[in-house]
Formats: sequence, structure tokens, C-alpha cells
Amino acid sequence: MSVLEVKNLEKHFDKTKVLNDISFTLEKGQALSIIGSSGSGKTTLLRCLNFLETPDSGSISVNGELLFDAADPATRREADVRRKRLHFGLVFQSFNLFPQYTALQNVTLAPELLAREREDYKSKKKEINAAIEAEGRELLEAMGLTDRAGHYPHQLSGGQQQRVAIARALAMHPDILCFDEPTSALDPELTGEVLRVIRSLAEQHTTMIIVTHEMGFARDVSDRIIFMDEGFIVEQGGSEVISNPQMERTRRFLSGYGK
Amino acid sequence: MSEFQTVLFALNEGFVATLKLFVVTLVGSIPLGLIICFGSMNRWAPLGALGRRRYARQQGLLRSLEDGGSVTVGEGDKARPLGEAEARRLAKRLGFWAKVFTGFRPLSLLSRLVVWVIRGTPLMLQLYIIFYVPGMIMDHNPWSFSEGRFAAAAVMFVINYACYFSEIYRGGIQGVPVGQQEAGEVLGMTKGQIFRHVTLLQMIKRIVPPMANEVITLVKDTSLARIISYQEVIWAGYAFMKGSHGISGLIWPLFFTGVYYLIFNGVVSFLLGRLERKLEFFR
Repeated sequence: MSVLEVKNLEKHFDKTKVLNDISFTLEKGQALSIIGSSGSGKTTLLRCLNFLETPDSGSISVNGELLFDAADPATRREADVRRKRLHFGLVFQSFNLFPQYTALQNVTLAPELLAREREDYKSKKKEINAAIEAEGRELLEAMGLTDRAGHYPHQLSGGQQQRVAIARALAMHPDILCFDEPTSALDPELTGEVLRVIRSLAEQHTTMIIVTHEMGFARDVSDRIIFMDEGFIVEQGGSEVISNPQMERTRRFLSGYGK
Repeated sequence: MSEFQTVLFALNEGFVATLKLFVVTLVGSIPLGLIICFGSMNRWAPLGALGRRRYARQQGLLRSLEDGGSVTVGEGDKARPLGEAEARRLAKRLGFWAKVFTGFRPLSLLSRLVVWVIRGTPLMLQLYIIFYVPGMIMDHNPWSFSEGRFAAAAVMFVINYACYFSEIYRGGIQGVPVGQQEAGEVLGMTKGQIFRHVTLLQMIKRIVPPMANEVITLVKDTSLARIISYQEVIWAGYAFMKGSHGISGLIWPLFFTGVYYLIFNGVVSFLLGRLERKLEFFR
């Protein structure tokens, strides 16, 4: 069974259709890259999966559970959205770290707030928070940021900030981790360190969806690739979508990258 | 007691009254301002569903017009086809009412109305109104108890400053990047958690300079309360011109009140400057 199943997703912004009949599936442990020019709907698709936008039609299922169906009002209740969001993690292009918290606090804030809803929270508050902090430190260590745990975002480089953001998303244990152009705000030198982290996540079989303009990287780490244009999925498949595209539109897009 | 000591004693007493009004106004208007701010940003639209239905019908109409399909109105026996011009007029009308219905946000409208009235009229006039009008429409003056003048002034000052503060808060909240809110949302935080743990401190950092401005203005504005005979420091200084404590025709005590304001504003500026520096740990 697929972890994620997206069916016939559509989204309008006023009169422009930004997503058009988007359907795809993602298997557990796979990395999916979405490529395409700016304005092709890639970011909107990720935002729909994370319930930051509401699709006009179509459905989203995770682990066989129907999370969203435009035709079924029962799945659109605002109160449930919060719980449903936890299936997904999202790493933003502009990091969006919380500036008033240290790197470690950025990672532990959401898990701590969520833990307050546990029944045994009052009696085991200390242990729970200690465990969350230990995990936060572990995640930062995995990102190569052990010595940056106490730094505030403005004291970190862009690449370090983005790695904190990845740790922050991982701390919520999402089923699917989404990246929205994670390196587009970074200069080439800092891009490498973020891509290395994502690559190692792929090697550990983290289920991921990566919206990216790094074609070589997408080809290397992805199990599946989707090429989008003007809100449509033009072509999808394995790494051959980049190395040997079938559609004329895909070829034209990739030729812009000098491949 | 020398004349100087007598004056100083009276002015000190007046200044305590000034401080009392200042502190009570701040304590009341800072939270009330937040409530008014939430009110004006409230998006509750009780007729929103009607508006959305009209918008959907309008969009459907426009789509079928573009596709060249036929447009009918009514159902069953009453259905009749519409000409293109008529259909376009109908679409326009639907669009208009969709905007009206979705735009009708009573809480927001009410809050903004209050802010408009309070900010749009002089505080002096508001003080007259709150102090004299209730006595004119009721059979007794509700402010006739011993601290009545202070109470009337305090209520009006709290409402007045809350309105100014609410606009500063609104600017502060809207100045926090949308990405902060979204980051909180995708991490599964509730709206309340996002406000308390993410937005609030960033908003405070943004509003400290404009709030400092307002607070300093408030220190001086408390002198307006003398028009309803609240005996604050300027009232006390002026009294020595008319005659008070056996002294009359003395003008320097009135001018000397400026020293009180100046010193107190110095303290306020210093404290707010410290707060601003304290918040410099993040950007």
C-alpha cells in the first residue's frame, strides 16, 4: 500500500487553474522530486498536501486513510486539520525559523507543545521534556550542528538555518517530509551542505517529496520524478525523466539547465 | 513652612494624582487594546456562506458563458434561458452580493467603528462627554462619588489609549512574516499556541518604539483631565495663581510642573530603552 495517494487534485486562484488533475502515489521510503519551471504549481501542490491551501477538488490519502476529499465535507473540518497536518512535514524555501528561539528550542518547541496534550504529561513533565530535548540534540547532531544548538537563527548561516529547519520538521516524525525548494535561498557554497543532509535522509529511506531546481541532485537521490508544467503533470517516472525524457516539453525545460 | 515648600508639597500631591491616572490607564488600555485589535482583525462573517454560494454560481455562469453553453435560471417548470447580456448582468449582480456578504464582518466593523470615533475626536471632548452626559440622561450623576472625577477620567483614558494601542498591535502582528504562522501550522500548533509562542514576542519587539511614543504622549495627556477638575499636577500649579494654601498670584508653580513631566518622561524613556535593548537578542 502506498504511503501517499493523491487523486485528481485541482486548485484555482480566482480564474487561473494552478493545479490540474494531479494524481500520483508515493511508496514508503521513497524520495519523489517534483521539477518544473516557476509558476508550474509545484509549490502550490506541496502547500495543498500540508493543508496550507485547500484544493477545489480531488482527494489526499495517507496510509490508506482519507485525509482530504473535496467532495466530502466531513474531511474538511477545521478542527481535524491540525492532526492531519502531522502526517506531513514541510521545509520552507525561506527557512521560517522562529527568530526568538535558539536552534535547539526551534526543534523542541512543537514537540513540547504537543506533549502537553498527553494524559501523563502532568505527572511525567520532566521526563517527557528531557526526552524531547535529548531527541532535539540528536537531530541537530545528525545535521552536523552539535555546536550550534544554543545559537539564535540570526547567528547562523543560511545553510545552517535550513538544516535546523530540517531537524525541526523531523522532530514531529512526519510520515512524509516535504521540501519546498530548500536551497533556492542559498548561495552555491551553502547549497551543498543542505543537499548532503537531504541525500543522507534519502539513504536512510525517509519518505520525501522534494520540489527542487537542482536537476543533478534530483536525478541522483530520487526514486521517482514528476515534471510539472502549467499545473499539469507532464511526465512522471524514475530518474529517466531527467536522464532520458520522453516528452518534448520536458526536454525543452531540461535543456535550460544545460543537460 | 516656606512658600517654596508649600508649593512643592502641593505639586507633589498633584503629581501623585497624575501618576495614578497614568498607571491605571496603562494597566487598563494595554490588554483592552489587544481585545480591540483582535476585534478589528476578526474575520467572522455570518453571511459568508451566502456570499460563497453566489460566488460559485457566478463562476459557473461565467464558465458556461465562455464555453458558449446555454445559461438558464430557475428550476423545473420555471426554468428559462438567459441571453448573453442578461447573463452577464446576473453574473455582475452575483459578484456584487458575494462581496457584500463575505465582506460583512460585524465584529471587525464594530471595532473599527469604535476606533474611528475615538481616534477621530479630541480626548478633551470625550472627557466632557463621559463626565457630564450620563448625569444629563439619568436622574443622578453616576460620577458623584468621592473618586468620581478620577474614575471618569480613567475610563475615558483607558478606552482612548486602547484604541491607539490596538492599531499599533495590529501593525505589529501584521508585520510578523506570514511564514512564521505557516511554520507553526505545519508543525501542528494551534492558533492560540502560534500566537502565544511564536507571534507575540516578535510583535512586542516591533511595537516597542511606537508604544514608547504613545506612552510618553500619555504622560503629558493626563493633564487634560483637569478640564473635569481632576486635581493633577497642572491643576495644582495653576491653583497658586487663583489662590491656594493662602498663596495667590504666583505663576512659577505652573511653569515648574514642566520639571515633573520632564523627569518622569526621562525615567519612562530609560525603561523603554532598556526593554528595547533586552529584545535585541533576536532579529
